[in-house]
Amino acid sequence: MMIKHEGEGCSRRKKTDSAQKTDNCDSNLTVNLPSPVIAAFKVFQLELDTKHDKYERLVKLSRDITIDSKRTIFLLHRVTSVPDVEEVLTEADVKLDGVRQKIGMIAEEIRGEDLYQFHRAFTPGIQEYVEAVSFHHFIKHRTLISLEEINAKLVFVKDSDAKETAEGQQPIGAQQVLTFQVTPTDYLLGVADLTGELMRMCISSVGNGDMDTPFQVSMFLRQIHDGFSYIGNTGPYEVSKKLHTLRQSLSKVEDACYTLKVRGSEIPKHMLADVFSSRTSMIDQDEGVA
Amino acid sequence: MSVTEMFSYIQGFLSADQEIREDIRKVVQVLEQTAREILTLLQSVHQPSGFKEIPSKCTKARELFCTVRTHLGELKTKFPVEQYYRFHEHWRFVLQRLAFLAAFLVYLESESLVTREEVAQILGIEVVREKGFHLDVEDYLAGVLIMASELSRLAVNSVTAGDYSRPLRISNFINQLDSGFRLLNLKNDPLRKRYDGLKYDVKKIEEVVYDLSIRGLTKEQEAQGEK
Repeated sequence: MMIKHEGEGCSRRKKTDSAQKTDNCDSNLTVNLPSPVIAAFKVFQLELDTKHDKYERLVKLSRDITIDSKRTIFLLHRVTSVPDVEEVLTEADVKLDGVRQKIGMIAEEIRGEDLYQFHRAFTPGIQEYVEAVSFHHFIKHRTLISLEEINAKLVFVKDSDAKETAEGQQPIGAQQVLTFQVTPTDYLLGVADLTGELMRMCISSVGNGDMDTPFQVSMFLRQIHDGFSYIGNTGPYEVSKKLHTLRQSLSKVEDACYTLKVRGSEIPKHMLADVFSSRTSMIDQDEGVA
Repeated sequence: MSVTEMFSYIQGFLSADQEIREDIRKVVQVLEQTAREILTLLQSVHQPSGFKEIPSKCTKARELFCTVRTHLGELKTKFPVEQYYRFHEHWRFVLQRLAFLAAFLVYLESESLVTREEVAQILGIEVVREKGFHLDVEDYLAGVLIMASELSRLAVNSVTAGDYSRPLRISNFINQLDSGFRLLNLKNDPLRKRYDGLKYDVKKIEEVVYDLSIRGLTKEQEAQGEK
């Protein structure tokens, strides 16, 4: 029985062998083999390509979000040196609206998909957005923006899919609500980045003769630091990595407050600014290395 | 909401997340155990005596896949169905192993490439994401690639066991797989790395076929078959 089986295999082999030769010949021209294997792989090709394309589009959106958020943060840093804070805040809000539009495009892209399947593509952008929006919120209200507040702003109403509804669904859903949910982890990482910005703001606000902001910032940073210590290493790996940077920022702010208290009484205000501007450059250099 | 409140909310979320992960890990461990058992069983075909017992070994393996189906059924209950990719990493490895085992089993039975639907059916899971716990296409392809290297080993061992026709069939099969994979536009990801190994399997099998044909061992077999 076994011999017979093997013989069968041989004849099958001969047949396919000749098929193979022709395959080698015209594989350069067309790959239209009737083989079920090839047919199956064509399906996989399509599926993988669709997925990769979507991923790339999301990465691109994420990059744009990162850039715009960074610019907003730079803009917000100007509040320490301009007289009209409100104007800067409004301008930043307009910029953030633009960023939100892009997040709306992400939401559209992943509609009906598993959020986490493409999460890695857009997580840097979202983190940067959280950083920008929470920085904006802090300057305005001196508090930490909550996750719900962030998510509440990421609701998008689309009324462009009239085609879809016309195709058979009831026309009631002419307006479609899309939401984007920032994950708690992204929120956490964004807030960790925020502390770095706050440190910068604290140092530069001294240059403006502002004696209150540093203390407010140091108090706020301490609260955030306590929060992160509370989470400790139960959080994801990236969080514990950022904890180290957070400690550095905190100690810089605390040192600044200390110097302000000790020397504030003896040095005139305009000279205090000099003391701190030299400190700032030192810190910037530190960060360049790190 | 104060900073403390916010952080305790997030802490709550994180610990709930961790609990789910631990539950998943427990089930995955059991799955890995069963996968190893099936592998041990199927691997015995490499032994000289194993070639005659392929059908009985396949039946046994099929029985073991019943256990796999129950465990996978259990795994499904451990997390919300729409968060498949959030925890994907935990079972990705074992699912690829299982896809490999199913593919190897089907190859031993019928010498054909298992379809993704068949694998999903053997494992008792879905093919498309919308229907629930499914088999990701990349995991399926990874499983097929693991099988390719197992087959290159099988080609060598079947010659040792005196079965000279099997390497030719395997060679033909692997060549088809290779041209299939060449259709894919792979990104620089783990699947691509694994695919890069396929050419060595192809080469290995071609060497075996070469050795057989210059010694006229393939013809001998054919003559035997004709008798």
